Amino acid sequence: MTIGLPQFLVVSGALLALGLYAIVTRKNAVAMLMGVELVLNAGLLNLVAFSRYGGGLDGQVFALFGIVLAAAEAVVALAIVLQVFRAQRSVDAAKASQLKE
Amino acid sequence: MDLTTQSTLLTWTVFTPALGLAAILALYCLRPILRLSQPAMDQAARGIGLLASIAAMGLSIALWADFDGGSSSLQFIHRFVWMKSWNIEYFVGVDGLSLSMVVLTAFVFLAGAIASLPWLGKLDDHHPHFTKKRVPGYWVLFLLLETGVLGTFAAEDFFLFYVFWEIMLLPMYFLIGIWGAPTRKDPDGRTRGGPYAAIKFFLYTLAGSVLMMLALIAIYYASGPATLADGTQAPHTFNLVHLTAQAHAGTFVGAKAILGIPFVHIVFVALFLGFAIKVPMFPFHTWLPDAHVDAPTPISVILAGILLKTGMYGMFRFNLQIFPTGLAWAAWAIGVIGVINIVYGAFVCMAQKDLKKLIAYSSVSHMGFCLLGLAAATPQAVTGSIFQMVGHGIVSPMLFLIAGVVYDRAHTREIEGFGGLAHKMPEYAAITGFAFMASLGLPGLAGFVGEILVFLGAFSAQGGIFRILVAIGALSTVITAGYYLWTMQRMFLGPFNHRWQHLWDMNWRERLALYPLAVATVVLGVWPTPVFDMVRETVNGLLAALPAGM
Amino acid sequence: MHEAAPVLQDFPLLFLVPLLPLIGAVWNGLAGSAIQRRFGRAAIHVPAVLLPAGSFAISLWAFLALAGQPHGTALYNHLWTWLPVGTLQADAAFLMDRLSGVMALTVAFVGTLIHVYSIGYMRDDPHYWRFFSYLNLFMFAMLTLVLGDNFLLMFVGWEGVGLCSYLLIAFWWRDREKAAAGMKAFVVNRIGDFGFILGVFLLFWGLMTTPASRPVAAAHGGKAAAAQHEEGGAGTCSATGGTSVTFRCVEQLLQDPVKRDRLVNHDIAGVGLITLVCLLLFVGATGKSAQIPLYVWLPDAMAGPTPVSALIHAATMVTAGVYMVARTHFLYTLSPVAMTVVATVGALTALFAATIGLFQYDIKKVLAYSTVSQLGFMFLAVGVGAYWVGIFHLMTHAFFKACLFLGSGSVILGCHHEQDMRKMGGLRKLMPITAVTYFLATAAIAGFPFFSGFFSKDEILWKAFDSGNILLPGGGMILWAIAAVAALGTSFYMFRSYYMTFSGEYRGAAGGAGGPALQAAGTDPAHGPHDAHGPHDAPGALDAPGALDAPGSNVGRGPLTPPPDAPGSLDAHGPHDAPGSLDALGSNVGRGPLTPPPDAPGGHGHAHVPHESPWSMTGVLAALGFLAVAGGYVGLPHLWHLPNAFEAWMEPVFAGTAERVTSAGFGHGVEWGLMGFSIVIAFGGFFAARWLYKDAANPVPARLLASGSRLVQGVHRVVFHKYYVDEAYDATFVKGSLGLSRALAFWDTRVVDGLVNLAGTIGCAFSFLQGAIDRVFVDGMVELVGRAVQDAGARIRRIQTGRIQAYVQGLALGALALVALAYLLAW
Repeated sequence: MTIGLPQFLVVSGALLALGLYAIVTRKNAVAMLMGVELVLNAGLLNLVAFSRYGGGLDGQVFALFGIVLAAAEAVVALAIVLQVFRAQRSVDAAKASQLKE
Repeated sequence: MDLTTQSTLLTWTVFTPALGLAAILALYCLRPILRLSQPAMDQAARGIGLLASIAAMGLSIALWADFDGGSSSLQFIHRFVWMKSWNIEYFVGVDGLSLSMVVLTAFVFLAGAIASLPWLGKLDDHHPHFTKKRVPGYWVLFLLLETGVLGTFAAEDFFLFYVFWEIMLLPMYFLIGIWGAPTRKDPDGRTRGGPYAAIKFFLYTLAGSVLMMLALIAIYYASGPATLADGTQAPHTFNLVHLTAQAHAGTFVGAKAILGIPFVHIVFVALFLGFAIKVPMFPFHTWLPDAHVDAPTPISVILAGILLKTGMYGMFRFNLQIFPTGLAWAAWAIGVIGVINIVYGAFVCMAQKDLKKLIAYSSVSHMGFCLLGLAAATPQAVTGSIFQMVGHGIVSPMLFLIAGVVYDRAHTREIEGFGGLAHKMPEYAAITGFAFMASLGLPGLAGFVGEILVFLGAFSAQGGIFRILVAIGALSTVITAGYYLWTMQRMFLGPFNHRWQHLWDMNWRERLALYPLAVATVVLGVWPTPVFDMVRETVNGLLAALPAGM
Repeated sequence: MHEAAPVLQDFPLLFLVPLLPLIGAVWNGLAGSAIQRRFGRAAIHVPAVLLPAGSFAISLWAFLALAGQPHGTALYNHLWTWLPVGTLQADAAFLMDRLSGVMALTVAFVGTLIHVYSIGYMRDDPHYWRFFSYLNLFMFAMLTLVLGDNFLLMFVGWEGVGLCSYLLIAFWWRDREKAAAGMKAFVVNRIGDFGFILGVFLLFWGLMTTPASRPVAAAHGGKAAAAQHEEGGAGTCSATGGTSVTFRCVEQLLQDPVKRDRLVNHDIAGVGLITLVCLLLFVGATGKSAQIPLYVWLPDAMAGPTPVSALIHAATMVTAGVYMVARTHFLYTLSPVAMTVVATVGALTALFAATIGLFQYDIKKVLAYSTVSQLGFMFLAVGVGAYWVGIFHLMTHAFFKACLFLGSGSVILGCHHEQDMRKMGGLRKLMPITAVTYFLATAAIAGFPFFSGFFSKDEILWKAFDSGNILLPGGGMILWAIAAVAALGTSFYMFRSYYMTFSGEYRGAAGGAGGPALQAAGTDPAHGPHDAHGPHDAPGALDAPGALDAPGSNVGRGPLTPPPDAPGSLDAHGPHDAPGSLDALGSNVGRGPLTPPPDAPGGHGHAHVPHESPWSMTGVLAALGFLAVAGGYVGLPHLWHLPNAFEAWMEPVFAGTAERVTSAGFGHGVEWGLMGFSIVIAFGGFFAARWLYKDAANPVPARLLASGSRLVQGVHRVVFHKYYVDEAYDATFVKGSLGLSRALAFWDTRVVDGLVNLAGTIGCAFSFLQGAIDRVFVDGMVELVGRAVQDAGARIRRIQTGRIQAYVQGLALGALALVALAYLLAW
């Protein structure tokens, strides 16, 4: 069995599904963040895969930017989570509702 | 008549209190910059207010000194066009009538200012005193009121008069409402107190103002062309001198009737009712007792001493000066109501239990003399009426200050609740006796001169009804003596009620406010000539326009 | 016709006559409290007495100056123009003619004496300064009244004396009764003043040249009159004005037949204008001079200190009405009706008050009713046109009544403020000077021959009898008859008061009843020697029998509440018939059993022992007692063919109207007869009183009342209660006006103010209704839209939970749905 585009896409779809599942089901903000990372990486995997099978180098460049961006995003998100934890001794996203109307 | 500007002294007199007002406001705004503490701000406001009152008094005396009593024309005229599009002028000037009121105003406001100070005498710290409440605001309104009243007496342009008239109304509302007695339930469960009285006063007087405003508009549109201060011609005018001249020339006789009633009559009645509410004339007098009872002492003083006179002044200035024919038409009715005021007020006095209410009703009674004098329209009666305004303007402030003295100490004014106070407060009893005697018209004091002249003049007035009216009205002298002496008896004489052991006699603040008034009462009673000299020619001028057979 | 207007002679010091006491009043009124505290009483009474004395001296000077002038001259002093308004011109100016001269002299003289007397009488009062201040103020007002040049200035004094009367009656204001008496005096006086001032208005109106004049004309006329006034100098009457209110100008104007006709023939409601003027003025006089119907205040006025009663309520103020009628004689003589009314009211008052006086027990009340009665005599005199006689009686009355009042004051002070004559008696021994002067004054008022009262009262009776001016049936004779009965009563009750007070035995010891004291003295012989060395035991024997009957007489005189134990005590003393023991008993009662003898007369602090008053009081009594005897010799009857100085002096004042006073023309024989009858009356009253009351032994009054018929008792009760006039006035006028005032006050708060509040309430209700319409219909549509949006929002916003999972869930489901949709569409 040759590894072709469909295999990449299946892996990417699985990652997306796993990520979404994590976001929706987990209460822990860190876990949710990890879910977001999975979804993001599913997208990046698709970009690289489509670039390798048919496109130019654009997709790979875009994926590299995406990885850098993801790192920054993770830093910011973790800092927020840390602050939330400091404020209420918990990282439960459902409890961070003081700003709700 | 030459109506060019002669002097700005009168304008200065009118607006001196306004300058004080501006000074207090400026100081209040600069308070954070100057780092004034609240007590310092309060003291500054009091000082400025007192100074402004003294300055107004000084300027009014300067006016009096320069006044030529031998002339019936306006003096100290200051005139320029104010609102060109409506032919409204800033036009002030005084004749004898105005001047007597201006001087009286300055005098009574000064007494009121002294009574508004918490200085020179202890105050009962257990009870909040109006002199310590929102002090800058009090003085701002106080001075605004003074400017309004002075302007009312000085204005010679109908629109300007109306503006000042309304300016006068507004501060009074707040002064009674905020610094007056708190809201309470009376024994019958009705809501009374400062706010109630203030609203009643405001609405009642405003109703009068509306009538006056309608008359103002009607007169304006019925008036003929006149020359403005800048020399241009205007189709209509608010200028009182021009209006008077036009009225005497018959401009308004030909004016279109309103609702089938002749123009002169309906305008006369509208103006008269507008002023009558302020006088106050029976049956429009019931705001007065409420306003008096719940106003703080100095405001009662000003209300009785001056504000009531604005109504009478308006009647002289408009009803008599502009519409003498209307006066001739309504004289008997005004006379009848005047006597009702006199006798009815006196009887109602006798039944009062609250000292201040009694004094308030005595004002109703005494202002009836002014109405009777106006109606009779003989030289003695009109002079007597004006003198009664001055005399009552001096005596009734004394009475209200007296009511304030005992209220500040005992926190009640229930006449029956006292007894034998002369034992503890001999000086207070003496000055009260003096003021009562002045008010009941003891010869040799100011109250007598006005009453006797009104009666004497009304007795020789045209129309037999006036002799009957005088005979009925003179009966009030007995009733007046009765209620005053009875009050004296219940409050001061008899065995001492030991409940009042803690009271103390007069302090210097009260003396400073009361004794000048007392001296003026004696002086004017013994030597009333200064007032006569001031108003003689004015009265002759006013009466000269009356129709024959009046 | 006689020239009525007097020639005016400037006398620039005349104003000092009223002014000096005013200075004293102001000085002591303002600074007296501090002065008394720091410098003592002398610093108060020295100026207070000297200033009226000064005004007496100046009036005497003026009087002598006046006497040196020809007839028809008057001293005049113009100070300033007081009320110059239009045609009215009232000056502050004083005028002394022969009439006001006599009045001023009398007032200043009696007033000064009473000031001196007050030094002793008021010495223990803490408000000494206030008393003298008021007294001085009174002197000022009274002298202003007398010397005032015009009606209005007279009115100043007229009201001023009323004020002082109020202040002085209520002097001891801590006593509610006394304060109320002062109030009553002032208010009743004000009723009179109301009449007076209306009379002045009516006169002023009646004298105006053209009553229908336009104000313009009047105003210009006023200017002209003022100008003329300037030209003519102060004091002249303007010929054109016709509106002056000075007495002499009015008199002068009435010389003008046109004016006079206008006043006399002008009717108002059927009454002549002049009559109306006179009657209204007379209402003022009835108030001030305590005549029917306004006399009620005077007996109550006795609540004041006794010098006040003497000065104000006997000698001076109450005579102001008489003076006023005499002053305006030129008006009264024009109206026979008014004169008849004056004379009739005077005579009736004289009788009415005399009957009340018969049964009074308070010594001052007796004197008060006697004053009312005597004032009635004066009005009778002026009412029949005998003006000089009225003034003559006024003067003699001032002397003897002041003496009586001051004597009673001395007694009251001696008995420690006891005024009930039933608790006095026997004071002649203890207060000899007082007793003698009191007796002389009583003889004078009773009309004993050769005493002052005889001359004046007899002349009044004769003038009344002989008057041709009285419009009543029977003419003056009926008035004479009434007055003669009143004179008899006067003599009786005055001697009754004398005997009850000064003879018999002292009944006031040991608190109230004489009985216990008697008993103690009678049963304890140890007191005999003690009393033997008392200075007054010798005369005691004279009155000893009275002591026994004293309790009995108490039964007789206490008509409604006889002490039940009295007969018992009378029995208990039966055995003590020996003169010696009686003697002891009598003086013992006088002094009380345990107190030392009063060897220091005038000394104070002897409880229960009456004592003679200090010299400042007895000296005044002596002076007045002398005048009570001798004061009448200035006005001897014509009948005796001796010069009548008083009439000669007064004649020019009343000459202008003398022709209008007519005589009935009775001859000398009748006059002699009437004089004899007067003497009989005087002695009749005297002997009756002496018989009944001299030593309290006569049981007649007691028996009469105790056993008398119902009629006698009824009459007694009615008279004793002063005919219930006070009660009737209280029930009608006082209650009536109070009720009216309450009703009007109710009307005012409920109806007049109720309407105002109703208007307010209606306004509020109307605006509420308007608001409701606004809310329901106008706002309804607008709000419907708004509310729909709002509701929708409220529902939709529930989706917006803020929870990221929900959003992601929605996102995923939405994506899935889109994919499914794409498949479906592609399919």
